[in-house]
Amino acid sequence: MVTYLLQRLLSLGLTLVVATAVIFVVLNVVPGDPASYMMGLNADPQALAQLRQEMGLNDPAWQRYFVWLGNLATGDLGLSYTYRVPVTELIGERLGVSLPLTLMATALSLIIAIPLGVMAAARRGKITDAAIVGATQLGIAIPNFWFALLLVFVFATTLRWFSAGGFPGWDEGPSALQALILPAIALALPQAAILTRITRSSLLETLSEDFIRTARAKGLSEAQTLRRHALRNAMIPVLTILGLQFTFLLAGAIIVENVFYLPGLGRLVLQAITQRDLIVVQGVVVVLVAVAVAVTFLVEIAYMLADPRVRTQRQ
Amino acid sequence: MTAQTLSPNLIIGLVLTNVIAAAAVLSLIWTPYDPTTIVVEQRLLAPSLEHWFGTDHFGRDVFSMVLQGARNSIAVALIAVGVGIFFGVPLGLWAAARQGHLADEIISRANDLVFAFPALLLAILITAIAGASATNAILAIGLFNIPVFARLTRGSALSLWSRDYVLAARVAGKGTIAISRDHILPNIANLLIVQGTIQFALGILAEAALSYVGLGTQPPDPSWGRMLAESQTFVALAPWLAIFPGAAIVITVLGLNLLGDGLRDLLDPKMRADR
Amino acid sequence: MTLFKVCIAIAAACALSACGEPRDHKNEARLGIALEPPNLDPTAGAAAAIDEVVYANVFEGLTRIGPNGEVLPALAASWDISPDRLIYTFHLHEGVRFHDGTTFDALDVKFSLDRARAPTSTNAQKALFEPIANVDAADPTTVRITLSQPRSDFLFNMGLGDAVIVAPESAASNASKPMGTGPFQFSRWLKGTQIELVRNDGYWGTRAKLDKVVFLMIPDPSAAYAALLAGDVDSFPNFPAVELLPQVKDDRRFTIAVGTTEGETILAINNAKPPFNDIRVRRAISHAINRNDLINGVGEGYGTPIGSHFAPHNKAYIDLTGRYPYDPAKARALLAEAGHANDIQATLRLPPVLYARRGGEIIAQQLKAVGINAKIENIEWAQWLDQVFTRGDFDLTIVSHTEPNDIGIYARDDYYFHYAKPEFKALMTALAAAPTEDDRTRILQDAQRMLSDDAVNAFLFQLPKIGVWNARLHGQWVNSPVQANDMTAAYWTKN
Repeated sequence: MVTYLLQRLLSLGLTLVVATAVIFVVLNVVPGDPASYMMGLNADPQALAQLRQEMGLNDPAWQRYFVWLGNLATGDLGLSYTYRVPVTELIGERLGVSLPLTLMATALSLIIAIPLGVMAAARRGKITDAAIVGATQLGIAIPNFWFALLLVFVFATTLRWFSAGGFPGWDEGPSALQALILPAIALALPQAAILTRITRSSLLETLSEDFIRTARAKGLSEAQTLRRHALRNAMIPVLTILGLQFTFLLAGAIIVENVFYLPGLGRLVLQAITQRDLIVVQGVVVVLVAVAVAVTFLVEIAYMLADPRVRTQRQ
Repeated sequence: MTAQTLSPNLIIGLVLTNVIAAAAVLSLIWTPYDPTTIVVEQRLLAPSLEHWFGTDHFGRDVFSMVLQGARNSIAVALIAVGVGIFFGVPLGLWAAARQGHLADEIISRANDLVFAFPALLLAILITAIAGASATNAILAIGLFNIPVFARLTRGSALSLWSRDYVLAARVAGKGTIAISRDHILPNIANLLIVQGTIQFALGILAEAALSYVGLGTQPPDPSWGRMLAESQTFVALAPWLAIFPGAAIVITVLGLNLLGDGLRDLLDPKMRADR
Repeated sequence: MTLFKVCIAIAAACALSACGEPRDHKNEARLGIALEPPNLDPTAGAAAAIDEVVYANVFEGLTRIGPNGEVLPALAASWDISPDRLIYTFHLHEGVRFHDGTTFDALDVKFSLDRARAPTSTNAQKALFEPIANVDAADPTTVRITLSQPRSDFLFNMGLGDAVIVAPESAASNASKPMGTGPFQFSRWLKGTQIELVRNDGYWGTRAKLDKVVFLMIPDPSAAYAALLAGDVDSFPNFPAVELLPQVKDDRRFTIAVGTTEGETILAINNAKPPFNDIRVRRAISHAINRNDLINGVGEGYGTPIGSHFAPHNKAYIDLTGRYPYDPAKARALLAEAGHANDIQATLRLPPVLYARRGGEIIAQQLKAVGINAKIENIEWAQWLDQVFTRGDFDLTIVSHTEPNDIGIYARDDYYFHYAKPEFKALMTALAAAPTEDDRTRILQDAQRMLSDDAVNAFLFQLPKIGVWNARLHGQWVNSPVQANDMTAAYWTKN
């Protein structure tokens, strides 16, 4: 099993390196030039050339790639073309918004999904079950940016319970947290719908397995069986999906961040793309890919620990 | 068909998707107004008998735009799923046939790679390179559909390769391609149809998201996502601009998901959700 | 059900923490701007968004541009001009300090101007400094600038953001920590959200009335509207959601100020590319456009039609909007005469700004009505700059030229619309050397007529500046002669 893990680790590491190459190649065929973006319509050609020189844009692409890759190995993602500060610093700042937002959305979706999923499973075939399943279908079908728009319209513009967007910085404490509430709800709804379905079906699956039948035979009530035996076992697929969703949310919040003009990772990269601050784009994508790869790996380990069949099958 | 197989999911799903499909087909031959004609004097009219869904900021008929938007959304999502199946299924079959070999390994790792990339971000990058258009939206969405189908195909094909009838065919001297074609593919077709329906729904959502950020279908062709984006500033003045295209997206995705669930119940009773 | 409970719980928590209360304004103004500046140094690698934050607030030049485009004294209290108009002697204010405490004197002026015109300069408007032959710091409060040829717009140019005075000690770090002499000093920059300036209590002139100015970056029009209504923002100097003005108008909390800008919005035409090199085709395009519909559809009727590349508020302006009245029949006739009835296929490349995207859809339809099939291509700024502006690879595009007094771009060789007619270049050379204001006016009017006659581009409308701000906040600019948000005179009243 250790060899297998090492193998996987190696191949995932290789994936990461290939990913850096892919992203670099992709970005180098993007038309556009950060220098001319900065200087605008009446830019003096001489000054423009000078700026390009200062930014190091005149070096050949392969040279820039290897310099960048070398620095990457030491945790240095380079200097932003437009902001002129280290990319790691920019990403760090934005993670300070994106990470808490993602955590809030994930927590919220769990808080909604687990009780609903359990309730649906416990009353399967009944009207409650049908209602919950129907609601999840609707939840999955609603685009989160549309939901975000409606939230702004109702809770910010009309009721004025929340600000319409923006982020005051963590120094402000409670109001910073408050600024994340609506975006977190917008992000959480579709996730909660998916998680509810997973919880429900995974519970139903577990409930039909032998050990549950035994528990029932022992005379445990339906609720007791659910709580003591089924729920814990049913959590494995739920956590798997949760892990995948976490990385998805970290990057996938772009549009919702835009609606609430939050200074998150998504906005950073979107802005960097328009300004052709490609070194920032590279940095963010590599970080996101690394997170995704790490999560995949962790999920695999979790599976192996939880399910002996996977272990033996693989060997 | 027995009464039992006609689940409510299937019925509602069929009805909703048929309504949308009918709208898309109808828009080919008739819309109440030309959805691209700008009549500035008639801007932002509320829904009425003349304009069922009202008019937008250019005085275009929203009902006509929603009808034609159905066609554009469906076309993009459907072709993108087609791209995913066209490339993903053969890759998956190949990987399964060569299980444990280099080809399998490369295909699986390539799948990992695509999965590891943040999808929306890469789609935005692709359109930044190639320009915003419906075609590029199809390619971007299609690209992420390939590994979905490749994985599904490989996974289910693997278990089939150890079945007796496949072994028998192998002993009889049938080649890998022939076995994949004659024995494996027919047996996973149901699964692919179900997954295809679900991916279709996701494709509609993805197209809406891309159009919303201005990267999908380009003007003057109407698209639901762009209609929502354009409606944003008018929400307070003209809520119908946000409500109708949004509802159209929800109905389509809901219909397809229900259809997918219904089909799964019908085609693959083992996987029934309400077991 | 549970979701509903969560909503109620959050709402209750919110009510307890009193987030519905109006924000206490203290003595600060919060301004919404659309674009985040890439850095804060207006003299190097500059973007327009930089001036919107730092011009007049943080950095000052020898002269400055006033609210209506007039040239006012700034760091130079006064100046003398030699009779041959080649030597400018500036008399500087005394006791001026940069925000870091270093003193300002003639050497800083020499440093700044020499830096801007050096071979290694990355000043975006390096051409402004070209006429300077020599800068001489005669004594700490006197600077003598010698020009190589007379320039009638020299004092105006020295008042632009690109010509502000910086200190040698801090020039290198101005990008992230701007160090000027202005009435506000830089406090902090939360990237992606806001930039904060605080009052400079050691200011040499009239002190600012506000304690603090916060610039919030809000690119999305509907987010801007929501932020205004929710009271998160006190002022949008350029309100991005014109269509919502009717809503705002009825709300007595807000003032709407409609002013002018230097933004000539044009349908730019590639004059080098057939069939657009044919003047009849270009004239047909001008006749095909219904400016009224365009202005109504794009900006709720805000915006002044123009007939040449010149701002209507300028005193040398002549009204040429009658030169090509909306006349589709005439347009079709001209096209037929040029041998292009119904056969022109063109692309219309649109940058990501509302006036271009919305205007583009309307113009494409108006062109279609006369038989020109213009296919819309929505592109990003970076692509626009690369393909259209730098490489001149386009048929038609819509863009607003927002630099003040920029009619001279039509004389540039290789400028993207490929005009550069020798007669026009001669006019511009004469303009630079014009001895009197009357000569200047006459030449500028000839230039306007020439551009209009040649139908170089289809001239659409002057971009309006639509400011929306809290009715209790006063002292902001109504017009926009330069892209700036001068908050030095802004103040709050009780009601």
